[in-house]
Amino acid sequence: MKNKYSIFSLIKNAFSNHENWQRAWRDPEPKKEYDAVIVGGGGHGLATAYYLAKKHNLRNIAVVEKGWIGGGNTGRNTTIIRSNYLWDASAGLYDHALKIWEGLSQELNYNVMFSQRGVMNLAHNLQDVRDLKRRTHANRLNGIDAVWLETDEVKKFCPIINTSQDIRYPVLGGTLQKRAGTARHDAVAWGYARGADEMGVDIIQNCEVKGIKRSGDTVEGLETTKGFIKTKKIGVVAAGHSSVIANMAGLKLPLESKPLQALVSEPVKPIIDTVVMSNAVHAYVSQSDKGELVIGAGTDSYVSYTQKGSFNIVEETLKAILELYPIFSRMKMLRQWGGIVDICPDASPIISKTSIKGLYFNCGWGTGGFKATPGSGDLFAHTIANDEPHKLNASFNINRFVSGDLVDEHGAAAVAH
Amino acid sequence: MFLINCPYCGERDQSEFVSGGEAHIARPKQPTELNDDQWAEYLFMRKNIKGIQFERWNHAHGCRKWFNVARDTSNDKIEKIYKMGEQPPKL
Repeated sequence: MKNKYSIFSLIKNAFSNHENWQRAWRDPEPKKEYDAVIVGGGGHGLATAYYLAKKHNLRNIAVVEKGWIGGGNTGRNTTIIRSNYLWDASAGLYDHALKIWEGLSQELNYNVMFSQRGVMNLAHNLQDVRDLKRRTHANRLNGIDAVWLETDEVKKFCPIINTSQDIRYPVLGGTLQKRAGTARHDAVAWGYARGADEMGVDIIQNCEVKGIKRSGDTVEGLETTKGFIKTKKIGVVAAGHSSVIANMAGLKLPLESKPLQALVSEPVKPIIDTVVMSNAVHAYVSQSDKGELVIGAGTDSYVSYTQKGSFNIVEETLKAILELYPIFSRMKMLRQWGGIVDICPDASPIISKTSIKGLYFNCGWGTGGFKATPGSGDLFAHTIANDEPHKLNASFNINRFVSGDLVDEHGAAAVAH
Repeated sequence: MFLINCPYCGERDQSEFVSGGEAHIARPKQPTELNDDQWAEYLFMRKNIKGIQFERWNHAHGCRKWFNVARDTSNDKIEKIYKMGEQPPKL
């Protein structure tokens, strides 16, 4: 049984210089056989294991991770959470996640620092204005909070934005989702890991999948760097490396993996208390609790697994940031990094069974998977446990690329993601 | 970020080029005879290889010509550049 985290445990541990905290999760060696194995120990994978154990009572399960948990895209994103997507299917999916976020710290007994500071999307031309107004209406019809802001209201909500109409891409208005915000990305992985571990889930780090063993059209287990693991159900949540795992099983996915970059500045005093995103000029910014500006840039146009990204992409983003926020002109950027994002042709995820029995994929989150972490885990767990999708992820099956029933969220989703 | 040796212009920065994605995906000769699975395969399914991948690139801010590149996507190292219509090299 894990000790409960509280203000009292914090005070108690302060007296022993925080040297006696209980270990948050074990470091087990893999068993010979599990009822299900999740490939990928990021937020989505750990959440999947957590809900498999909690809601579907599957306790003899494992998460295998080739590096350390939360070391991939979970630790590389800009932590933005919102649910203001255009289409009904997406609205259902992302708002399901947002509702779980709202109670997640309590549920996990782990402070994920979920902060509903609002996300504002800016419009810079007439088409942006039309698209964003349309999306605002669609959101409200789906019960998702959204408001349209005129330029002066944008300025009032976030005073440091340059709303002069003389700049290259003037601010013509924006949308605001007040329930949206940010969370501490590492804490999400750690909180789910701790919760899953408590229910008996084995979290096996430094264990890379090398092959998928099949007998006909049924999975039999996984070849890993820590030996063979027998299992009847494999849930792959490998983000940028989904295609690599799919190739091991002889499957092809409609994905392209590309580097997506982000950067943070030196820490400064509070200056921006919300998240501002701009699709047209591809710049988005928020401020972490440490005081760093967290800036998201775009993807490179080519497939790469390098976790780096090109300098010209960062340059473009910073140009836009400086025009919109002249106050940042003397800021120094401290760190820059890239993550490999798996992008679907319709910019919507895949949470689906496959043509191979017992093999499930949760991938294609592209540039915006973090916000969906709890919902994605919950729905993927449902799909694996029941061998059927939940009604909220039924539209996100892999067959939509054959039937043509795509969920096209390109641009429509106020992207930048 | 890397350099690409355009077969027509010489070595230039990657930012001058546009990636055209996976190469050697043949356009269907008889589009009307394709079933939905074949269309999905042609339109959407990609190898997305980690390792040496054959790709099309266009020198968009230069000669605007298309050509093929064999590139290792795990380290962005270009192994071979060859012209459109040529068969992929054996690497």
